[in-house]
Amino acid sequence: MSIRSEIIAQVTQVAQEQDKHLAPLVNDLPLVDSGLDSLCMAVVVARLEDALGVDPFTTAEAAGFPVTLGEFIEFYENAAK
Amino acid sequence: MPQNNRTSVWNGISATGNLSDRFLSGANETVTLGGLAGGSCLGGRAEEFRGRSVLLWTTDQLSAALALIELDGIARRLVLCPADLPFEHLRFVIDSAAVDVVVSDRIAPGPDIPSGVSFIACSPKIVRAHYDHTVERQTEWILLTSGTTGLPKLVVHTLASLAGAIESSGASPSPVVWSTFYDIRRYGGLRIFLRALLSGASLVLSSTEGSLADFMIRAAAYRVTHISGTPSHWRRALMSPSAHRIAPQYVRLSGEIADQAILDHLQVCYPQAKIAHAFASTEAGVAFDVTDGLAGFPAELIGERADVEMKVEDGSLRIRSTLIADRYLGGQAKPLIGADGYVDTGDMLELRGDRYYFVGRRDGVINVGGLKVYPEEVEAVINRHPQVRMSLVRTRKNPITGALVVADVIVQTPPEALNGQAGQLEHEILELCRGILARHKVPAVIRFVSSLPVGATGKIVRQPCVMSS
Repeated sequence: MSIRSEIIAQVTQVAQEQDKHLAPLVNDLPLVDSGLDSLCMAVVVARLEDALGVDPFTTAEAAGFPVTLGEFIEFYENAAK
Repeated sequence: MPQNNRTSVWNGISATGNLSDRFLSGANETVTLGGLAGGSCLGGRAEEFRGRSVLLWTTDQLSAALALIELDGIARRLVLCPADLPFEHLRFVIDSAAVDVVVSDRIAPGPDIPSGVSFIACSPKIVRAHYDHTVERQTEWILLTSGTTGLPKLVVHTLASLAGAIESSGASPSPVVWSTFYDIRRYGGLRIFLRALLSGASLVLSSTEGSLADFMIRAAAYRVTHISGTPSHWRRALMSPSAHRIAPQYVRLSGEIADQAILDHLQVCYPQAKIAHAFASTEAGVAFDVTDGLAGFPAELIGERADVEMKVEDGSLRIRSTLIADRYLGGQAKPLIGADGYVDTGDMLELRGDRYYFVGRRDGVINVGGLKVYPEEVEAVINRHPQVRMSLVRTRKNPITGALVVADVIVQTPPEALNGQAGQLEHEILELCRGILARHKVPAVIRFVSSLPVGATGKIVRQPCVMSS
């Protein structure tokens, strides 16, 4: 599974578990408008760490954190390189 | 009831009578209580201990038990050292308790014992010896309990505070044989040691080195009727086929929160037994027993009763009774007893309906984005799933909420055999949690494991702030 599809799968799964309505998952979707609150995002990040073996939030050298879904995916893709 | 004027363990044992039929069984030896009347485990050297501060530093529980019986009322102070005390803490304990004699079944003193301290050998072999059983003093009993700094805390009790409120089992039509998974040098085990010996029963000691199966075989051979341990001890026992070897009449849990699942599992395994859980701590002593088969305890227990007063303040249970310890030895920052005379147990309570439930330790709380989670309250829910045998909820660092709750779970099926069922099982456990717990308390991740760490105290080992791998 690609990093993108893993992220989309986890986001969808967590939204379903937490009973959240997801906005259409397009690249320029701001994460704050995705329908996931901070607890949901925390769970997504924890599960992605298990699935992908990386947590770019603690390993990333760049200070900038992702704002949109596209940046979020890129954030993981860069960390996995 | 035992006599109120009892002043030493030996006097108490003698008063209960029937000594030749009663026994104390260790991992390798069994002694009858009658044999102790004219014998010694210290080579008849008890006189040398008068007025001294004695460290009982034995590998074997039976040796420690026999030395305790022999020296109570003679020594000024008895320091009970559990088998797992790290060598590097020995000097701290010796200094804090002003120890001048070490009693041990070890061959040599070792470098950690200062040269000015005497070293006297003991053994579970009783030799004929006459010594004066006259009780000269109320001996201080020192129990060690884990401190937050890593060094143990030394808790001062007396026989009166340790043996108070012990009911006689004299009315029992058949002999009572107690056993405990606890080391008798810890509060939970020591209470059972005294309860057995001062109420006319026998006692089967556990072994630090032997396996659980060995212990259960020994307990079965001696027809144990009453047995105690922590919920973690019991969860491990129920995972072993040897659990069915014994058929106790009375099963007791203490030292950790007894959730409904473990109470129910025990009742199924031992249908003939009365299942009781108790609240006790080294500092606060025993506060109450719950015998209605339900987790938690009736709210009406809070308040003043004949022997124990309890209150809830800032969410934690506070206890005042004649069974609480006297003080800490050595330079502890905080006094053991508060200005109001109560011991703050640090155990957090929640009132649901007409019952209080323990939710966890104040110092074990996990902070998920500013919201509190007690690991034990989550474990209690996970343990309700019929496939679950045991669980450990812990914190996992998270860049968004600071921390998250994750769970390691032992289920009936070994993890390697779960195959495709793991996903479904995880889903079911999470659904169970979501139905009962607030969102932030539901584990983000569930990991199926084959074992969980249980410490020498019989309690599950909690390591807050450890990052998950």
